[in-house]
Amino acid sequence: MSHAAPPTHYTSMGLDSRKMGFWAFIGSECLLFGSLISTYLVYQGRSVSGPTPAQILNIPVTSISTFDLLMSSLWMVLALAAVQRGDMKWAKVWLLGVAIGGTIFLGFQFYEFSSFVREGLTMQANLFGATFFILTGTHGAHVTVGVLWMLTLWVRALQGKLGPQHAMTVEIAGLYWHFVDVIWIVIFTLVYLLHK
Amino acid sequence: MPFAPTFRGLRDAVPPQRRHLILLSTLLALGSIAACAGPFPQSTLSPTSDFGHSIDHLFRGIFWWAVGVFIVVEGILLYSVIRFRHRDGAPAPTQHHGHTTLEIAWTLAPALILVFIAVPTVQTIFATAKAPPGSLRVEVIGHQWWWEYRYPDLGIVTANELHVPVGKPVSVDITSVDVIHAWWTPKLGGKRDAIPNHHNEISFTADSVGEYMGQCVEYCGASHANMRLRTFVDTDSAFQAWVAAQKAVPSLPATGSPEAAGRAAFQKYGCIGCHTVAGYSNGPIGPNLTHVGSRSMIAGSIMMNTEQHLRDWIANPPGMKPGSIMPNLHVSGPDLTALIAYLQSLK
Amino acid sequence: MSEATGLKSWLTTTDHKRIGKLYFWTAFVMFLIGGLEAELIRIQLAKPENTFVTADTYNQLFTMHGTTMVFMALMPLAAAFFNYIVPLQIGARDVAFPRLNAFSYWVFLLGTVFMNASWLLPHHPAPDGGWFGYATLTEKQFNPGPNIDFWLLGLQILGIASLAAGFNFIVTILNLRAPGMKMMRLPVFSWMTLVTSFLMITAFPVITVALVFLMFDRVFGTHFYLPSAGGDPVLWQHLFWLFGHPEVYILILPAMGVVSEVLPTFSRKPLFGYTVVVYSGVLIGFMGWGVWSHHMFSVGLGPIADSVFALTTMLIAIPTGVKIFNWLATLWGGQIRLTTAMCFALGFIGLFTIGGLSGVTHASPPADLQQTDTYYVVAHFHYVLFGGTMMGLFAGMYYWWPKMTGRLLSEPLGLVHFWLTFIGMNLTFFPMHFTGLLGMPRRVYTYSHDLGVDDMNMVSTIGAVILGIGMIVFVYNIWRTRKHGAVAGPNPWGGATLEWSIPSPPPVHNFDVIPNVTSRLPLWDSSPAPKAPPGHIHVPGGSWWPMVAAAGLPLMALAPLTHTLWIVFVGGAVLIYGIYRWAYEPFEV
Repeated sequence: MSHAAPPTHYTSMGLDSRKMGFWAFIGSECLLFGSLISTYLVYQGRSVSGPTPAQILNIPVTSISTFDLLMSSLWMVLALAAVQRGDMKWAKVWLLGVAIGGTIFLGFQFYEFSSFVREGLTMQANLFGATFFILTGTHGAHVTVGVLWMLTLWVRALQGKLGPQHAMTVEIAGLYWHFVDVIWIVIFTLVYLLHK
Repeated sequence: MPFAPTFRGLRDAVPPQRRHLILLSTLLALGSIAACAGPFPQSTLSPTSDFGHSIDHLFRGIFWWAVGVFIVVEGILLYSVIRFRHRDGAPAPTQHHGHTTLEIAWTLAPALILVFIAVPTVQTIFATAKAPPGSLRVEVIGHQWWWEYRYPDLGIVTANELHVPVGKPVSVDITSVDVIHAWWTPKLGGKRDAIPNHHNEISFTADSVGEYMGQCVEYCGASHANMRLRTFVDTDSAFQAWVAAQKAVPSLPATGSPEAAGRAAFQKYGCIGCHTVAGYSNGPIGPNLTHVGSRSMIAGSIMMNTEQHLRDWIANPPGMKPGSIMPNLHVSGPDLTALIAYLQSLK
Repeated sequence: MSEATGLKSWLTTTDHKRIGKLYFWTAFVMFLIGGLEAELIRIQLAKPENTFVTADTYNQLFTMHGTTMVFMALMPLAAAFFNYIVPLQIGARDVAFPRLNAFSYWVFLLGTVFMNASWLLPHHPAPDGGWFGYATLTEKQFNPGPNIDFWLLGLQILGIASLAAGFNFIVTILNLRAPGMKMMRLPVFSWMTLVTSFLMITAFPVITVALVFLMFDRVFGTHFYLPSAGGDPVLWQHLFWLFGHPEVYILILPAMGVVSEVLPTFSRKPLFGYTVVVYSGVLIGFMGWGVWSHHMFSVGLGPIADSVFALTTMLIAIPTGVKIFNWLATLWGGQIRLTTAMCFALGFIGLFTIGGLSGVTHASPPADLQQTDTYYVVAHFHYVLFGGTMMGLFAGMYYWWPKMTGRLLSEPLGLVHFWLTFIGMNLTFFPMHFTGLLGMPRRVYTYSHDLGVDDMNMVSTIGAVILGIGMIVFVYNIWRTRKHGAVAGPNPWGGATLEWSIPSPPPVHNFDVIPNVTSRLPLWDSSPAPKAPPGHIHVPGGSWWPMVAAAGLPLMALAPLTHTLWIVFVGGAVLIYGIYRWAYEPFEV
C-alpha cells in the first residue's frame, strides 16, 4: 500500500488516510462477498443433480479450520500489540504465527476441495458446486493474499525494517486479516451450519 | 389491411417545445410524419385490445402530467434566461442562499403529482395481471429467429403467424428454448420477455378483426431484426375454419406430380431432419411446415410467401437472414422448383 | 518550482493534474470513437433495408458504442475533472494516494486498449452482445467466438480502475480538505464526486461478480446462467442492473456537480438551497440502489415486485426534481452571462428535464411494457446521458479549460459548437420518441419500410451528422486554442471556489500557501489568502511501478482469451512485482 502520508501529516478527519482508504476497500469487499453469498443462497436447492451439501459437507473438519482461522486473528491482535510497544521479538513470532495459521487454513481448504472433487463435486457438476467453489475459492484467494502480506511483514521484521513507527502498516494488515476472518464466519454459518 | 390512421393520436402526443429551434426541428419531424401519415402498423398509440387500451389510457394520463411539468420548468428557465440577462452597470444581484418554504413546496408538489401517477399505475398492473377464466390458451416459444405457437387445447402447432378470435380473451404463455427474446404485437398490448425456463403470461381480448404486425424486442443475436411476427384477429367463423384447416393432415401428392418430386426432395436434402410435416416428418429444430403454404409470410415473417421469395430463401438462407440456423443446402434447378411446389401445396 | 518535461515525466507522473489531463485526452479520443460508431449506426438506419454494414458489424457497433460511451468516455471524462479539479477545490496539494491514482489511469488505458484491440484482429471479433450482455446470448453456446471474452475481460479491467479511483477520491475529499473547509462548505462538484466515488466502490464489485460468473461459464464450463443445469439467465439481469442503475447515477451526478458550479458563477449568485442540493444528491445515491428492477419490468417479476419498483423509481424523481428547481432558483434574480459554459449548463437543465420526464413515463410498468426496448427508451436515455451528462461535461470543459491550460477556448466557436450540438442532439433524439412509440425496436440492424418510420429515421441521421459537425468545430476550437486562445489569468470567470485563487495552469504544488477557508464561496466572501513566498514545498517524485502493476492485468486477461493457463501466472507475477516495488520504493524523496 501507499506510503504517501507520514502519520503526523495534517488530515481533515484526523484519521490516517491509508486506514480510511482501507475501510473504504473493506466496504467494497463487502459488496463483492455479498454478491457471491447472495448467489449461493439464491441457487440453494436448485441443483438438478448431486452431490448435495448434505451429502458432502464435513462440518467437524471445517470446524477445526474455522477455529484455526479464529486463533490466527487473535495472534494478529498480539502481533499488532507487540509492534506498537516495540517488542519486535514477539512481533516476529506472532506475525509468523498468523501466516502459519492462514497456511493451515489453506491446507484444510485444499484437502476439502480435493476430497469433494473425488466425490464428484466439481464446479461443472451442479449449481451447488459452482456457487460453493467460487465463494469459498474467492475467500481462499483472500487468505492467500493475507498470508503473503504477513510473510512480507515478517521478512521486513527479520530485516529490521519494521518497527513501532510502522504500527499503522501492521494495523491495516490486521484490518484485512480480521475482515477475511469475519467473512469466513459468515460463510461457515450460511454454507456449513445452515445448509439445506 | 384495416390500420386506423394514427396521425391524430400522434399530434396529441407532441409536447410543446423549449426553444424556437427545437420547435423548428420538431415541425420538421412532424412534417415528415405528416408526409407519410401512416399507416403505422406497429404503433402503440392506436391499440386494438383491452390490454392495449388500459396501457394507452395510463400512458396518456402520465403524459399530460409530464407536459405540465415540462411547461413549468422550461417556462421558468426561458423566462429567467431572458429576464435576468446580465446588463452592464446593473447592481450586483441579491445573494439569496435558499428558502425553506420554497424547498418544501417543490418537494411536495412532485410528490403529489406522483401520487396521481402511482395509483393508476398499480391499479393497471393488477388489473392486467391475470387472464380471465376460459381464455383461449396459446404457448409462444421463442427460437433464434422465429416464433413457435402451440394451442394446447386445440392440438395445433404453427409458426410466426398467430391466429386468435376477435372478442374472446386470449392467454399467451411465453417462453424460449435458447436465448432471451420478447414477444410483442404492439397494437394488442405490451411485450413480455421469452426466457428459457421461465413462463410469462399476457392476456388480451382483441376488439377488431385484422392483421397485426409485431416482432421480437429483446436483442437475441445476429438476426434479431429479422424475428418478426404477424397476429391475425379473425371473426369467430374464420377462426374456426382456420382451426379445422390446421388440424387436417396434408394429403399425399399425386405420383409423378411436381409436388411428389418436391416431397422426395424434402427428404433428399435432409429437410425432414429439422422440420415437421404432419404425417411425413418429425423434425424438432425448425418451424412446423405442415401448413406452410397457408401462411402469408416466410422466414420469420420477413418476406411475403411467394414463389420467388421461397426460391431466394431456400437457395441461400444465411444470405437472407444473417446467422440463420438453416444452412445453405445448395438446392437448385429442378429440385428447387419441385420443393417450392411441394411447400406451396401444404395449405 | 519548474515542472519536469519529456515522455518519462508523463509515464511516471503522479501529479493529479497530469493524470487528469491523461484521463481527459484518452477519454476524449474514446468519445470520438464512440461517436464515430454512432454515426455508422445512424448511416445504416438512415433508410429501411439498408446494407451499409452487415448485421454482425451493426451488432458490434451498437454494443461498442454503448460500452465505450459508458465505461471509456463519460465516466473517465468525469474522472478527468475529479482528478484535475477536486484537489484544487478542496485546497489540497494532490490526491491522497498519488500512485494509486496513476495506477487507476494506466489500468483504464490498458483496459480500453484491450477491449478495442478486438476491432483490429482478423474478422474484427469486437464484442456483440450489447453493453448489457444478457445471458444466455453471451454464453459460449450462442457466442463461441472471442467477442464476448474481450468484453467481459475488458470490463473487469476497467472496473479495477474505477474501484481504485473511488477509494482515492473518497479519502481525498474526506481527509485532505484545507483547514476550515467543512463538509458543508465543500463545492457541490466535489460533493457529487464523493457520492459518485461511493457508488463506484459499491457498484463495481457487483458487476465484477456477474462477469466472473459469465467468465467461468464460458471458460470453465460452469452453469451459472444456463437453464440446462438449473441456472437462471435472470440472475445476470439482477446483478447487472444492481450495478447498472447506480452506474446511471455515477454518470449523471458529476454532470450535476458541474452545473451546480457553472450556474452560480455565471448568475453571480450563490447556489440556491446548497444544503438541499447536496442532500438530494446523497439521497439519489442511496435510492439509486433500490430501483434496479425497473430495467426488468418485461421480465415478469410479478405484480407486487413491479409495483414496488415502480414506486421506488417514482420516488427518486423527487430529489431529482428538487435539484432542478434549485437550479432555476439560482438563475432567478441573477446577472446571467451567456458564455458557452453557461449555455451548456442551461442546455443541461432543459434537456435533462425532458429525459427525466420521459423516464417517469416508463417508471410505470404497464406503460413500460409498450416502451421498453424500443426507440422511445433510446430517446429517453440519450436525453439523460447526452442532454444531461454530456451537456454538463461540455459545460465543465469550457469552464475549466482555462484553468487546465491557461488559455480560454474561443467563445464564438464555442457558441457555434453549442448550437450545433443542441440542434443536432434534438434533431437526432427527439424523433426517436415517435419512432419508438410507433413500434420500432432497439438494436435492429434493419427495419421494414412498412413501419412508416423511414422519414423519422432520416431526420435522426441528419441530426447525427449535425452533431458530428459540432464535434469537428469543438476539436478545431481546442486545436486553435493551443496557440491562439486568450490568456486566461487565475480567475477569468469570476468564480468563487478555491481553484480560481491560483494561477492557470496551477503550479505543480497547486497552492503556495494552503488557504484557510471561512465560507462556502471563499473568493466572493473574502479576499484571497495572503501570498507568502513559497518555501520548499514537498512534491512527491514520479514512479514507474503503478504502470508496471497495471500492465499485469491485461496480461492476466490474455489467459482466458487464449485459453493458455501459464500467461495468468506471468501477468500475476508482473502485478505482484509492481505492487512490491511500489510499496517499498523511496517515494518520499
